[in-house]
Formats: sequence, C-alpha cells, structure tokens
Amino acid sequence: MNLKDRLEELKQNSLAEIKAASDTNKVNDIRVHVLGKKGPITEVLRGMRDLPAEERPKVGSFANKVRDELTEAIANRRDELEIAKTAAKLEKEKIDVSLPGVPVKQGQPHVLSQVLDQIEKLFLGMGYQVVDGPEVEEEHYNFEMLNLPKDHPARDMQDTFYITNSILMRTQTSPVQARTMEKHDFSKGPLKMISPGKVYRRDTDDATHSHQFHQVEGLVIDKHISMADLKGTLQQLVKTLFGEEREIRMRPSYFPFTEPSAEVDVSCFKCGGKGCAVCKYTGWIETLGAGMVHPNVLKMAGIDPEVYGGFAFGLGPDRFAMLQYGVNDIREFYLNDVRFLEQFSQKG
Amino acid sequence: MKVSKQWLNDYVAVDDLDAAALANKIELSTVEIDDVTRLEEGQKKIVVGHVNSLVPHPNSDHLKVCQVEVGADEPYQIVCGAPNIQSGQNVIVALPSSWIAGHNKIKKSKMRGEVSMGMICSLQEIGFSDSVVPKKYADGIYVLPADAVPGESIFPYLGMDEDILDVDITPNRADLLSMRGVAHEIAALYNRKVTLPQPELVEASETQISDYLAAKAPKDLAPTYLMRIIKDVTVADSPLWLQKRLWNAGVRPVNNVVDVTNYILMDYGQPLHSFDYDKLATKEIVVRLANEGEELTTLDGEKRVLSASDIVITNGEKPVALAGTMGGANTQIDDASQTVALEAAVFDGHRIRKTARKEKLHSEASTRFERGINVATVRAALDDAAQMIANLGGGQVVSGVAGQELADQSAKEVEVSLDKINHVLGTSLQATEVSQIFTQLGFTATEEAGKFTVQVPVRRWDIDIDADLIEEVARLYGYDKLPATLPAGQATPGQYTAKQKAIRDTRKLLESAGLDQAISYSLTTPQKAQRFAMEPAAQTDLDFPMSSDHTTLRMNLLSGLLDDLSYNSARKVSDVALYEQGRVFFRDEDNDRPREVEHVAGALTGLFHEVTWHDGKRPVDFYLTKGIVTFLLSSLGITTGLRFEATAKHEEMHPGRTADIYLNDELLGFIGEIHPSLAKEYKLKRTYVFELDLSKVIAAPKNEVVYQEISKYPTITRDIALAVPAEITNQQILNSVWANSGKHLVDVRLFDYYQGEHLAQGFKSLAYTLVYQDKDATLKDDEVTAEFEKVVTALQTELEVTVR
Repeated sequence: MNLKDRLEELKQNSLAEIKAASDTNKVNDIRVHVLGKKGPITEVLRGMRDLPAEERPKVGSFANKVRDELTEAIANRRDELEIAKTAAKLEKEKIDVSLPGVPVKQGQPHVLSQVLDQIEKLFLGMGYQVVDGPEVEEEHYNFEMLNLPKDHPARDMQDTFYITNSILMRTQTSPVQARTMEKHDFSKGPLKMISPGKVYRRDTDDATHSHQFHQVEGLVIDKHISMADLKGTLQQLVKTLFGEEREIRMRPSYFPFTEPSAEVDVSCFKCGGKGCAVCKYTGWIETLGAGMVHPNVLKMAGIDPEVYGGFAFGLGPDRFAMLQYGVNDIREFYLNDVRFLEQFSQKG
Repeated sequence: MKVSKQWLNDYVAVDDLDAAALANKIELSTVEIDDVTRLEEGQKKIVVGHVNSLVPHPNSDHLKVCQVEVGADEPYQIVCGAPNIQSGQNVIVALPSSWIAGHNKIKKSKMRGEVSMGMICSLQEIGFSDSVVPKKYADGIYVLPADAVPGESIFPYLGMDEDILDVDITPNRADLLSMRGVAHEIAALYNRKVTLPQPELVEASETQISDYLAAKAPKDLAPTYLMRIIKDVTVADSPLWLQKRLWNAGVRPVNNVVDVTNYILMDYGQPLHSFDYDKLATKEIVVRLANEGEELTTLDGEKRVLSASDIVITNGEKPVALAGTMGGANTQIDDASQTVALEAAVFDGHRIRKTARKEKLHSEASTRFERGINVATVRAALDDAAQMIANLGGGQVVSGVAGQELADQSAKEVEVSLDKINHVLGTSLQATEVSQIFTQLGFTATEEAGKFTVQVPVRRWDIDIDADLIEEVARLYGYDKLPATLPAGQATPGQYTAKQKAIRDTRKLLESAGLDQAISYSLTTPQKAQRFAMEPAAQTDLDFPMSSDHTTLRMNLLSGLLDDLSYNSARKVSDVALYEQGRVFFRDEDNDRPREVEHVAGALTGLFHEVTWHDGKRPVDFYLTKGIVTFLLSSLGITTGLRFEATAKHEEMHPGRTADIYLNDELLGFIGEIHPSLAKEYKLKRTYVFELDLSKVIAAPKNEVVYQEISKYPTITRDIALAVPAEITNQQILNSVWANSGKHLVDVRLFDYYQGEHLAQGFKSLAYTLVYQDKDATLKDDEVTAEFEKVVTALQTELEVTVR
C-alpha cells in the first residue's frame, strides 16, 4: 500500500471512530492518538523521506489535508457532544415553576394609619405642617379656648373622661389648634396645620361607638381666607381619599368654634350618588365638619379677628375607614385580630 | 323635634310642597332632618267601626264576639279580646285583607270556631309608639269619639295621614324647638309669610289674680315669672284634634290641663307648669334657691334632696316644684282639680342645666330653658294656654297676671359690612341680595355705604355678632352656590419634624421586618397599666370611668399587645407578630397631668412563618426578636454603644431570657420572653417581646455615615471552635477577642453554636470566624497567624475555654 492509500485508510477509520465517540474524553483520546506526535499521520509524514522528490509535495499536501479534515471532524464532534451534554444537563435541571414562591414576610400598617398617612401626605403637599399635642389635656384648651365655656349646651354633645376637675382626655384634636394659634408668629407667614391623633369620649363601646378613636383637624389662618377656600380644600381632600369623581355638598351645622359652620357630605362612593344602603338611599354620606374659625376663638388665642380669619375642619379616620371598606364594627380597629389587620395590604 | 307638616301649614303655607322636598330644603339650609314619616305608610283598609252589640265567645273566658258596623251592607262579626271593649263604642277596625303596622296582613279567619271579619285594633297595632298612647288605652283598644262615621278611613281621624319631619336641632337653633320657630324658618327659606293665630283672651272680671296669689322671683333666677289662675275647670280628656297634635309631636295625651301646657310648649317653645291652686295652701309663690338638703317629692314619686344651686318654686314656705325640670307631687293636677295656677317663666338656663344633670331630669322643658326660649312670647303663651284650658275645661280665666316680666325683649342690633360678608364667604354678593336675605329672615336691616345695621328679633337669640349674620346670609344664599378655591398667599413648607419622621420611619421598619401594626386602647386596668414599668411613676386614673376595663392610662404598650395576642389566640390564630407605636403616660406624684412619652413595642408568639415546601417552619425566639430590635435601632442610626444586658429584675419577664437594652449608660428598653405565669394568664404560648422608649431613641446621637473606600486588598479568615463553660457569654468572648487582637482584625462572626452530645457536662461549643484585612497592603499569612495565636492564647488563659 502506498502512503496515499494508507493515509486514506487512516482517514476513513478515524472519521468512523470520531463519529462513534460518545463523549468528549473519547474524542480527546482520538485526537491524541491520531494527530499526536507519535500518531499515524506523523508516522506517514516521516516515511516521506523514502519517496522520490517529485512525489513528496503531493503526498505532503494530501497528508496535511487529511490532518485538517480530521482536526475539523474532531472539533465538530466535540462541539456536538458539548451541546448535547449541556442540553442534557439543562433538561435534568428543569423545575416546576408552578410551585409557590418563598413568602416574603412583610407586616401591614394598621388601616387607620393608612388613612392618616394619606391625609398627611395630601396636606404636607399643600404646605401644611403636622402638629401633635397632648392626649391628656387641660379643660381650658379642650373647651374654653374653643368657645365652649362651662355650662355651654354643646358640651352635652361630647361626654368627657375627666381626670381631675380641669384635666381631661381630649375629646377632639382641636385643642392642638388652640395651642398652636397662641404661639404662631404671623409675621413669618400664615398658619396652615393639621393635627392628627387619638381622642376619647365617655361612651360605651359598641358597633358604632368607641371610647377611643382618631381625629384629624385642619386649620388655616391668614389675612384672606374664605369659605370658598374651605370648600376647595375639602374637595381636594375628598377626591384624594375617595376618588377623583367624588363631589362634596356642604350644609349648615353648628360647632361652637366655627361660624359659619358646615357639615360636609361626599357623594356616595358605593353607588355614585344613585342611592344605596351605604348612603341610606340619599346619595350622600356625611363625612366631616368644618367652618370659618369663630372670632371668639381667634380673640382668645390673641389673634385680631378684624385682620385675620380662617377655616377649620375635622374628620374621623375611623369613620372613613369604615365607610371605605364596609367595616361595620368600629371595635375591630382596636382588637387587632391579624385576620382583620392583614386584609388591608394593598399599597398602590 | 317632630314637626307635623299639617300643623306647620296653619302658620306658613307648605301644602304645595312635597314633604321630601321640604325636608331636603331644610337640610341644605338649616339643620338635619332625621326622618320623614307618615304613620299610615304601609297600612291600608283600616276604618272606623261602631260596635252594635257583643256577646261573650262561647269557647273562651275573655274573647267577645262583636257585631260591628263598618259602613258595609251588613255589620261584620269580629272576635275581640280587648278588656275594654263595650257595646256602643266607635273603634278602629282592620278589615279583612287589610295591612296593619309591622307589615302584618289581617285576614278573615275563625277564632275558636267563630268567624272574625278582621280585627279591632289598639293604637300600638296600627303603629303608634307606646310612649304616646294615652294611659287608659295602653292595654286595650282605642275608643274614638261618638261622631266618628263607621266605614270611614281611620287615618285622617287619628292624624296618621300627616307628614312628620323629625328635625335634628343643633344646640344653637333652639328657636326651632317650637312650631312657631319652625314656621319663621320655613317662611325665610321660601320667602313666604308667617300667619300666627291671635287668640282672644276673655278674663272673668269679677275675680282678680290678687285675690288668689302674688308671685315673687329674683331677676337673676327668673327674669320673667308670670302666673295666671283658671278657675272652675273640669279636668277631662282633651278633644281628639289636640290629642292628634300631641301624639304627632311625640307627646302622650294626659288630660285637658296637662295637654294644653304640652301643646303650648310645642307651639311656642314655652315651657309651662300647672299647679293645683287649692293644694298650694298659701297665697304666694316665691321663687328662690333651695336650701342645702331641702327635700321635695317630684311628680314621678322620687324624693329629691336639693342643693343650694337648684331653683325652686315655693309657696312661701316649702318647695312645690323644681323650677324648669319637674313639679312637686304635693301640688299636682289630678282629676278633681278645679283651680289651676299656670306658670310661664324664663329661668336661668345654667342652673336648670345643672339641676337637670344632677337629678337626671332632662325633659322637653329643661332642654328649652338650657338652650334658650323666646322671651318675647312668654306672656302670649301664658294667655293662649290659660284661655285654652278655660275653653276645654269649661272654666274661666281670672283677671290679671301675677309676677313680673323683666327679660329684655328688644331687638338686638348687629352690624356687618358687605365687604366682610364677601371676604369671608369668597362671594361677590350685591347689597340688594343681602338685604333681601335679611328681609326674608324677618330682620329689619338698613344699609349705608355697604354697611348693614340689622335689628335681630329676640326670637333669634343665637345671633350676636357679624359672623352669625354671615352664616345666615351664607345658608340662605346656599352653601352649594359658594365657589371653590384654594387658599392663596405666602407659601409655606410642608414637612414632618425630625421626631415625626423618626416615628413614621420606625413604623415602616418594623413592618418591613414582618410585624403588623396594632393600635390598642390607651385606657386599661390599673394592673395592666402598671406592668412592664420602665420608670417609676404614678398612674393616671379617670375620675368617672365608663367601664372597669378602661379606667387607667397605660404606662406600657406591651399590656395592650398581650391583650391583642390573647384575643387572636382565643380565635385560633396562634402565630402573631405585632408592634404598636404610641404614647404611654407617666405621672409624677405632684402633678395632675402625666408626661406623654412615645414608645414602641413588639410581641411575637407561635411561628414567625409556617413550614413551607421550601423551608422549615420558623418559631419565634429571643434571637429573632433581638434581630428585629437590632435592625430597627441600626436603621435609626444607633449601632455603637448598644448593649443587651441580661436582667432578672422584670417580674413580668422570664428571668433567664431577658435583657435590658442600653445605649451607653442610657436604658432604652428591654427585650425577652414573657414570664410563663404571665403567658398562662393570657393563655399564650412562649411569647417574645420588646419595648423601647422611642423618645430616647429619637433623641440619641446618631452614628454618622462615614464613607470608606473599599479596600483593594483581600481578606484572610481564621476559624476557631471553642469549648466554653456554659456561664461564659458570647459577649465575654468577643470582648476578649477584640481586646487581644492586633490591628488587622476587622470582623468576628459567630457561625456555630452547639450544646449537647460530644461535649463535657456544663460546656457549650462556639465557633467564630475572624476576618483580617490590611487596608493598604496585602496581608501576609504569618502576620495573621501571629495575631490569631495571640487571641487564642488570651482566650484560653482569660476565660478557661479550650480550643476544639
């Protein structure tokens, strides 16, 4: 057999071996064996010395061609095997994506905090400050400073937990306003504030009464504040809390610390005003009280009612949350059943 | 105040107005309307019946079989069990297939074998409240007047076809506690005229009041005090028209004297009191303050021990009535009374309020004295009432009036400018529009250069200052017509204070750590208030609590959280992690008001998370809780100087599983497991808690964030496992490691903790990784080895630990 035939035979055998190789190690073995320094091709090339000079280039080039072909075949086979191996591995790693994810433990803000946060955010954005005040108040700030002298019939409207003759659990967050008005320096600009917090009434707890609940009072005092400003502000508030399409309705009411006073209804967010059980078929839901700050209140705080005036409003987050979510027992807010608390988890 | 539209129509035309529309107008312009009702609603086929005859039911010892004329061809046979039914009466008959109150249908039926064509009804059965049914018909059927026509609908007879508006009156609008006041208001709202009847008083000229009595009242107690005598009165039932007016106003008819006083009360808003003159025993009436301890038995049979602030009506010797609240039993009108002494007065509202509160005697009368009455119509009301009593009782009004009328009846002058009105309301009203509103209200107003001078009649005693007039203008103009704007003017920054922000951050951090926010009651029991004391302080108690569960202000948050956990666990929710942020109340002995301190607390019980297919369950424990607290504090900027110090001094806490939390030398709070006995009291499993004085946390100096460049050079670690006597703490080991390490130690991490097999009794195993790094150069292995060896040697000599 001449060299060329031996090379051809070698090539055919090797290609068959390569094709049959079942893993990359075997392919590698073949490479070392066939193409290595001690391999058959090298051996053939060494035998060229014995050839006539004119034959050598022909055989040489044929040998190189065989080597290149085998090299390529080995590389291809190796790639093939790698791809197959990877595919097999990935196939093995397949998981059931329908299994549940690992739970992320996240606590919930109380639903009342959520309502309060919403209100605070709105008013901070409108340039109001948030002011805190004592829950144990002096009668003076809770009543007298708010135009509710002793024996005023309106004191019947709010039964009070007294601690001593002159110290009590605040029945409203308005005393914070009285305290802030006294201190405010109007040369530095208008007073715009809200005061959120807990308040207390001497009530027996039942589905609609709680001896403890929350209130947010708002107050704006400046030289040119009108009842129209109050209306616009409350419209903003109601739209923020209950939705852009809500409307408000103001009706006359009575609060000792405002004159004129208004009760504010919002168009029913359940039925949109057509009438349903939530709005007692009136289309309107009573949501908050408001009015123009009574001149006596300004005077008592040392503010000249001929120069300054303003508006005030008060609302109950407990009532808001009850209306918004259809909670029909106010006590739920203070019993902290986690099955209750964790329902209010929507953040957006 | 229940307002009958039909009665109202006597004073101002409203019969063209639908009751609902009228109610809506009042709601939007004046006060709320609680309800609009019509008693006949839902009922039908109820007619007048005449009992022709009746016989006892053959099969019953109390039923009667009646033949009742109901306007049909034949009388109906109706079986009736009422004890007061008699032949010849006109009665209320619910015909077969009629509807009566409570959505009940009446059918033709058989009662113990006798056919009954419907039912003879009591007032309650056709929807009357027990509180208005005349006493003598309370337990039986109602008997109609003799002129009632059989077969005619019962509804107009009994006033059940009248629209009743239940007006919810605000404290300032007590003028609406009278039909006349409501009439003036409606007239203003609709720009209509008020027409009030002018009753003619006929006095019996042959007798003078002075023959009967004189009345004296100090001006400060009763600025107006008037009395008339009506003689030769026969006490009897009132006519039906009067009874109708009363029950439609929510008042029970009694007799013609009492009914007149109540009618006038509703009509004028003027409380009246009638005495049996003959029982007065003297010829004088003296109004004075009671003597402390003086006694009076009131109409309700209660013996009242009076105090020196109560106004009493006396006969010159002893009290005969408690002014403005209730009459005395000793001078009460009864069926035999003939001479009526009728009082109309204005009493000092503050005193009446005090007495009514003290004696729990709030009544229609006391409410009006407290909130004010129309001082201009006291005399008119008295005259009107006296004449009515004379008319209805067949008596005569004695000539003249005793007492005096000193209350100021003149109109009040209040000024307001057009500018101010528009400035406050944000409107641009014209002077003519405002004038028109004042006119509608019945106020006399003059305008000069934009300034109104308004004469406010005394019937609107709620109006004193310009703001009151502005409200009148606003509500008659219509709140709904006011524009909506936002306050203009100097801009102000809206932002939380640092403290407010820290409080809100605290809440968010604990929520992100997996705790739900709880809001518990601030008022609790003394025992619960006192628990978990973080500082010595006196408790703050309510003077007059409503319930024994809420008497005392909390001095910790944990008691509330444990209540919450207990509530959950009782409802089979046993895995709970809650936190609360709120105030606790510490009082200093010499102060009535407590200090209010912001705290934050957490309580965890059961599993922090359930077993999942992916991970094992995670029961709560000390270290989970400690991790949360550490996370909270470090996120709030507190890391260096933070120390957990074992303590057994909290009696509510597990003595071996509790630590006080210090920042340097300041106690911030504590953490640990609650004492098993407390857990048992609350029916809880192992429960881990913490409570921190948040105000101290907020006030504490915060670690500044100092940026350090990340080192280019690698770290080298060394692990060490130690067998440690049980009583030696992790902290002691850490202290030793840090004290003896060289300059390259940057971190020490506990990576294993073990107790149990393979260890000598009383030993535990702790394993640490020590991390070394040189910021400026590559550390050499032998440098680290040298530093590490020094630490190991020190541990062995200082703490008797052995390297495993």
